[in-house]
Amino acid sequence: MTALQDRTRTRAAHKAQARLNPYLVIAAGAVVVVALTYMLPPFRTYQLATVGAYLCVTAGLTVLTGLNGQLSLGHGALMATGAYTLALWQNKFNLLLPGILVAIVVTTAVGAVIGLAAARLRGPYLAGLTLAVAVVVPSITSTFDETFNSDQGLSVILNPPPDSMTVEQWQAWVCWGGALLTVLALALLTRGRFGRDMRAVRDDETAARLAGVSVARTQVLAFVVSAACAGLAGALFAVIAQSVSPGAFPLTLSLFLLMAIVIGGLGRLSGALIGAVLLVALPAVAHEIGEAAGSQRLEGNLALTFFGVVLVVVMLAAPGGLASLRIPFKKKGH
Amino acid sequence: MSTEKADPGLVLHHITVRFGGLLALDDVSLRAGPGRVVGVIGPNGAGKTTLFNVICGFVTPQSGAMTLDGRPFRARPHQLARHGIARTLQGVGQFNGMTVLENVQVGGNEKTAWAALERCEVAEHAGKRPGELPYAKRKRVELARALASRPRILMLDEPAGGLDTDEIRWLADLIRDTESTVLLVEHHMELVMSVCDEILVLDFGKPIALGTPGEIRTDEKVAEAYLGTAA
Repeated sequence: MTALQDRTRTRAAHKAQARLNPYLVIAAGAVVVVALTYMLPPFRTYQLATVGAYLCVTAGLTVLTGLNGQLSLGHGALMATGAYTLALWQNKFNLLLPGILVAIVVTTAVGAVIGLAAARLRGPYLAGLTLAVAVVVPSITSTFDETFNSDQGLSVILNPPPDSMTVEQWQAWVCWGGALLTVLALALLTRGRFGRDMRAVRDDETAARLAGVSVARTQVLAFVVSAACAGLAGALFAVIAQSVSPGAFPLTLSLFLLMAIVIGGLGRLSGALIGAVLLVALPAVAHEIGEAAGSQRLEGNLALTFFGVVLVVVMLAAPGGLASLRIPFKKKGH
Repeated sequence: MSTEKADPGLVLHHITVRFGGLLALDDVSLRAGPGRVVGVIGPNGAGKTTLFNVICGFVTPQSGAMTLDGRPFRARPHQLARHGIARTLQGVGQFNGMTVLENVQVGGNEKTAWAALERCEVAEHAGKRPGELPYAKRKRVELARALASRPRILMLDEPAGGLDTDEIRWLADLIRDTESTVLLVEHHMELVMSVCDEILVLDFGKPIALGTPGEIRTDEKVAEAYLGTAA
């Protein structure tokens, strides 16, 4: 075999190992979701919508933490930013799609400010900064209570859904429309140069710099992208709940989000989906057990307990997360 | 000075670096003209890697200047590629969460990455992760990443460390064949003497000799400080 033939065969063999086409995956996902909205009872459809909303934020967070190595304990606060922005917009203009876009833009701007500070920090110091954000942002609702109505929160004005669908179906379509677009955008982004740069910075900052990657710029951009995803998630939660309040975005939400992406599989969009499902399923199971036991106090703590137990078990059995179990004979990914 | 303005290549003028009370580099000057292979040798702690770090922008000298093709030069690390400079690290600086192809693609494109992998004879490992490869192959992958940017100036920081005789011979051939200017920090004397046009010897941050391999081999100061009095 000539050298040219050998080179061609090596490159072709490598290309043959290409991953799934993201457009096909998203299209298939859309078909499945639409079908489910016609098959499931209303409450399950509502839960499906909630999974979609969570998927927006878990996808962005797993990219930030798994692919770029930045630990954020403040994404719950970014969700609150998106939610309150949408609520204020809807109560003034009642134009949902522009409102969602504005919520994304505002949260992205907040994320950019945090990201600029975060680019100078590493590890526990970055975690500390984002933790401070998670504590401070909800308290803004009390400081500016005329605008945000303090602990009571705001209701969200929404037009009724089309006559051809139930409220839950419409919510699921809106949330999963946002989620599928988010996942598609992240899949395309992370497969290209930006994805490589993020992973390079995560693995070895010095080598990344020498390869021409601006570490600070990459880290800020990664934070900004994940903040945009969190803003969208917050806006979608405001649509589902038709209200926003600081109690809906406690500090523990940020911890749950982090646990969810670790259990699902850091850096994997499929892991983000698993994490989003767990964020809905585990509290639901905890609620049913709490109800059966007749103890509200138990129910409140059970969800956190479940997450903790599942986290420990999964880390022992599959350190790469549940998504890594799909390919048991390869080393854990990323 | 008018001669220096027209000087092609990389020139370091009287570089001094202090880390607190430690004088890491003391009035070091170096000229790496186009296509030349310049070695930098010295005992451990002589300042060789510090010199590289100054060129790459990781360390700011307290005094001295650098020029590139006669123009003042001071780049930040991620800007080196724009100036046509690539560097390898001591040990192996790699992205273990990415495939070999992706490692080489960072900062470049797929076409140049494949060309570099083929030149370094590791293209068949493109889909593997660096951690799956033996040490010598990982060194080649790192070299491929430096070559993928088609640098004018290639800075190799102890590239022979941990390699066997055959691998070192391959490395020597690659250095001789490249059209880039090469700056080589190395402890392997046979490699240095066989490929370098000129060698700078450092000892405790001070330049103690500058000359051809033959001159360095017979320099008494070098023999005393580095090669051993038996040289």
